[in-house]
Amino acid sequence: MTFLLFAEQLLNGLQFGIMLFLTAAGLTLVFGVMGLINLAHGSLYMIGAFAAATVAGLTGSFLLALAASLVAAAAAGALIELTVIRRLYKRDHLDQVLATFALILILSEGTRWVFGSFPLYLDVPRYLAGPVTLPGGIQYPLYRLTIIAAGLIVAAGLFALIARTRIGIQIRAGEADREMIAALGVDISKLYTLVFALGAALAGLAGAMVGTIQSVQVGMGEPVLILAFVVIVIGGIGSIKGALVGSLLVGVTDTMGGVLLPRLFALFLDPSAATTVGASLASMLIYILMAAVLILRPSGLYGSA
Amino acid sequence: MARETYINAALTLLLILVPLWAWCSGQTYIMTLCTKVAILALAGVGLNIALGLGGLVSFGHAAFFGIGGYAMGILASHAQVMDPIAEWPVLIHGTKSMPVIWLVAMLASALAALLIGLLSLRTSGVYFIMITLAFGQMLYYFTIGWPAYGGEDGLSIWVRNGFPGINTLVPVQFLILAYVILGLALLFSAALARSRFGLALTASRQNADRVETVGITPFKLRLVAFVISGAITGLAGALFADLNRFISPTMFSWHTSGEIMVFVILGGVGRLYGPVVGAALFIMLEHLLGGVSDYWQIFLGLLLLGVVLFARGGLIGTLAGREVAHG
Amino acid sequence: MTLTKMGLMATTAIFAAGAAMADGKVKVGMITTLSGGGAGLGIDARDGFMLALSLSGTEDVEVIIEDDQQKPEVAVQLADKMIQSENVDVMTGIIFSNLAMAAIPSAVAQDKIYLSVNAGPSALAGANCHPNYFNVAWQNDNLHEAAGAYVTRTGYSKPFILAPNYPAGTDALTGFKRFYEGELAGETYTTLGQTDYAPEIAQIRASGADSVFFFLPGGMGISFMKQYADSGVDLPVVGPAFSFDQGILQAVGAAALGVVNTSQWSKDLDNEANTTFVAAFQQEYGRLPSLYASQGYDTANLLLSAMDKADISDKDAFRAALKEADFDSTRGDFEFGNNNHPIQDIYVREVIQEGDIFTNKIIGVALKDHADAYAADCKM
Repeated sequence: MTFLLFAEQLLNGLQFGIMLFLTAAGLTLVFGVMGLINLAHGSLYMIGAFAAATVAGLTGSFLLALAASLVAAAAAGALIELTVIRRLYKRDHLDQVLATFALILILSEGTRWVFGSFPLYLDVPRYLAGPVTLPGGIQYPLYRLTIIAAGLIVAAGLFALIARTRIGIQIRAGEADREMIAALGVDISKLYTLVFALGAALAGLAGAMVGTIQSVQVGMGEPVLILAFVVIVIGGIGSIKGALVGSLLVGVTDTMGGVLLPRLFALFLDPSAATTVGASLASMLIYILMAAVLILRPSGLYGSA
Repeated sequence: MARETYINAALTLLLILVPLWAWCSGQTYIMTLCTKVAILALAGVGLNIALGLGGLVSFGHAAFFGIGGYAMGILASHAQVMDPIAEWPVLIHGTKSMPVIWLVAMLASALAALLIGLLSLRTSGVYFIMITLAFGQMLYYFTIGWPAYGGEDGLSIWVRNGFPGINTLVPVQFLILAYVILGLALLFSAALARSRFGLALTASRQNADRVETVGITPFKLRLVAFVISGAITGLAGALFADLNRFISPTMFSWHTSGEIMVFVILGGVGRLYGPVVGAALFIMLEHLLGGVSDYWQIFLGLLLLGVVLFARGGLIGTLAGREVAHG
Repeated sequence: MTLTKMGLMATTAIFAAGAAMADGKVKVGMITTLSGGGAGLGIDARDGFMLALSLSGTEDVEVIIEDDQQKPEVAVQLADKMIQSENVDVMTGIIFSNLAMAAIPSAVAQDKIYLSVNAGPSALAGANCHPNYFNVAWQNDNLHEAAGAYVTRTGYSKPFILAPNYPAGTDALTGFKRFYEGELAGETYTTLGQTDYAPEIAQIRASGADSVFFFLPGGMGISFMKQYADSGVDLPVVGPAFSFDQGILQAVGAAALGVVNTSQWSKDLDNEANTTFVAAFQQEYGRLPSLYASQGYDTANLLLSAMDKADISDKDAFRAALKEADFDSTRGDFEFGNNNHPIQDIYVREVIQEGDIFTNKIIGVALKDHADAYAADCKM
């Protein structure tokens, strides 16, 4: 493998990591602030993608589609929080798992009921289509660079929100001591609805951004959900920094594993066995990574014990 | 307590009467469904030991369920083509005998539970949920890419395995077999909960520090509970494989882990009969709703949601009326 | 004209049915995927099947439909239900190979006739073929073999090939290589359900390939095509029809234009049965039919043709009647080989745009009267 290809694959890994960060950011926020395991996060991702595809189909505008994904997912998130989720904060993780598992069933099949069983069309807008040439001569799709930029903006925005704003202070205070901040006169239930809707909006935005170069279909959120959980657990729950580091780690491991392992096995196996064994091991790799991280650091890389 | 006993007795009666009625009226498929309930309940009984007694929320019990299934699949598939599993260092033949298969399934899943437990029990809370999920997913992807036993296609076993003295191909006999095993597992689980080990485990769930001061290591207790739990779920996997005469990587998927967990929560965590009630209800809903519309899973989801939100402590908890909802 | 023809067909069907049948009815158990991400395929197959029944006007077929949720265990249990409780005569409907492998062997062993509308795993085509099992779609390798033949004939000399790492994926690449004898630029297995194909596309770019063959069913194919089109890699792409079928093409959009794919059926095939089918399907369901719909439609017509000739109570006669395949297939000539799998033409199609709609048109024949590679191992 040439150095250039290696560099390109590394970039692919980082880019995949940023994609994962986009989907994991909302999950870790909700997890960290409310201590809620939300299996339906993937469904909000799906709602964002479907909203974007619908609006893009009607108006032809990609920016409007992104706005629609934010609005639709935030609205769905707020609705779900008000009707279901707020009853779950004081329950244990088990009830949360079961309730949000039920939400997956409802939202997936509900979406299929409204939009039908066939995948929807959503594509890169013309001004972001096609590749650009990076220094070193790597041809790289402009849209993927846009995703990287969007991911970094979201990361910076979240850091600023948590560290600098009034809501951020309330969020941090709420994480530390729920009763105390309620006693200080902050409307905690309104705050939680807001945080949940924000997490949902982030999921929806990710669904629209990533869905644009993937398949917009029912069930698209599920593989994403599991990966997002892997990311935030590796990073340490509730830590935005952890989610960012975790996503990059998972992205690079997954990509480079898929590229390098078959070559490694080709050194001592025959080619077809090497490709299958290499590919099998590559698909297990991120789970091995996650188990290894947790064995060494039981609360993830940046989690508080 | 008394009320729960009545409920359990009524349920036992129901679980016997329904297949009896099905048997008399020739409704073979209802008997198959009852067998499925018993087997999935058995998987839940296994999980309930870790979950209810030990407070260990494992999202990876599909690993043991799948290992049990694959133990059956590997042994039986080699036996049906008369091809030894290994010739070196010792000659190992496949088998079509259920008791041997069950023993292997339980040992293999216990061993896996020991390894997974040793590594996972260092973590707690959400991290434990997720690390157990990770081990399940590893095995899932491993079996998909492992061509020897069918990969993602899975593997069919032509004829159900045998048990000395009965004809397992007759639905009612296999049903009785599954019921007996479930009954034994329930007795074992009840005895375990009352034993010194069970009490210590419960105590360490409620207050780990206090247990430690009297010289018991919670880690060891939990590990033992996790191993027992894994072995029982593994046995259920072997039986489930025999019910379907088929194994596939879906047995390892996180959906399977989720479903086993749903049985336990639906019925009531830590309740002896919880998994039985949960599995029965879930299978019944699936069976009845499946014909209603293409979008039947919406209704299933709404019902599940209703149970979590309004029937605290699962169905048994609600009916027995203990542990009143607080807040 | 078509309407008169349809009317005539229906009348003859009823007359023939009345004449041939002692007690009349055939009970069909259909297990197919109606919920979740793969539901589109099952719904199309079911709709095609039911359309053929309603066009024939027959009242002698009762169909029981169940959703397998794309879970093999559920398929097995539903098959048990069909056999034990519903007591069906004929089973059909399963879309996915792994579900087929789970349910079919035991069903045919219990003397039920199974008509496959979609899956054709190699394990059921060779030594384990069965007189009760009829495949009305294709053996799994067929479309990939045709792609290999097409690539060879077109003169590409360095294709890069990729598929997911599971049995149907390895079968696909094996099938391709069976009819493509040249050199490969590269061969890669992806993770099942993978959504990001940037690493594979980078490999393709660096490999010096002159063409790409891929088998990535469902959402995987949509993701790959979109990302490939956006990557600036401009090599010709060849694939089996699954990733370019009517249900999927609208989601891929312009990224699929010009892509060559292999299929045993196409909406523009010029024969009477197909013209009738395409028009009636559009009228009934308001959308264009897919490959899966055509397979469901053919399956039902095969069943009806056998009912004309024999009574279901005489299994041997009924099997013989099925084997004759005396029906007007939407794909033109259709017959069964010794292993009850199709011998048929596999066409080459190209993705085109008709107004707002993306669809396929036939540009040639890849393999004529093509049987499968496993038939020789079948002792029937």
